Amino acid sequence: MSIGRIFDIAGSALNAQMVRMNLTASNLANATTAASSPEEAFKAKKPVFRTMLDEEALKGGSKYGGGVRIEKIFDDTAAAPRIHEPSHPQADKDGYVYKSNVNEVTETVEMMAAARSYQNNVEVSNTARELMLKTIDMIKG
Amino acid sequence: MDITQNPFGIHERALQARSQRLELLAKNIANADTPQYKARDIDFKEALREVSKQTMQATQAKHFQISQAGGGDDALKYRVPFSASADGNTVEMTVEQANYGRAAADYRATLSFIENASNGIKRALRGE
Repeated sequence: MSIGRIFDIAGSALNAQMVRMNLTASNLANATTAASSPEEAFKAKKPVFRTMLDEEALKGGSKYGGGVRIEKIFDDTAAAPRIHEPSHPQADKDGYVYKSNVNEVTETVEMMAAARSYQNNVEVSNTARELMLKTIDMIKG
Repeated sequence: MDITQNPFGIHERALQARSQRLELLAKNIANADTPQYKARDIDFKEALREVSKQTMQATQAKHFQISQAGGGDDALKYRVPFSASADGNTVEMTVEQANYGRAAADYRATLSFIENASNGIKRALRGE
């Protein structure tokens, strides 16, 4: 039944958007961390979304064909800002610290976009639920 | 309307096509942030023809031949976006929301046709 599959599809999107929101929250929380080398500095984490194809979903034993999943999470490659701060406990021998490459403005916008997409999918499954209940109601009476 | 053979007429198959469209639009909304995803929609006329077993038939020599719709995916069309986005995604949320709302209303309409038909049968059975 097609209506029933809407819950799976919207559910997979809710899951993906929730991961995206979690990543954004983690990025924002770590925005002000510092490290002694550019490798150790916190890198902003970004998700890559991907459509679950029907065949792929069936092979994997999943029933969420047509939904969305997180393909991978990658580190933002932007350079970690190098700041001269000799008094910082993490400063290297030249007195530099490496801040995280998180852009707070981008992350805040990302958070809003993810929340909006989440709401959209909640709305989709609410409508589907209403239609399903209406269909089931026909059996009564 | 033949009450014993086909009490709901076209609406039974229409409901099937309507729910297929709802599912497809839900997929579009779910993939609103997926790179390279292309939004799709159902050509309702085609979809109804596919789920319908009663295809049009040429009953007279002068009728045009209607080619049988096969394959099952003829009704699936790609949506042409108003403005394409840089990541290759063609889902436009406002368009999808409007279509989903419309599709839900269409589903309700078909449902009430079926409800009316079944109420009619019930009334006939009770002999009112």
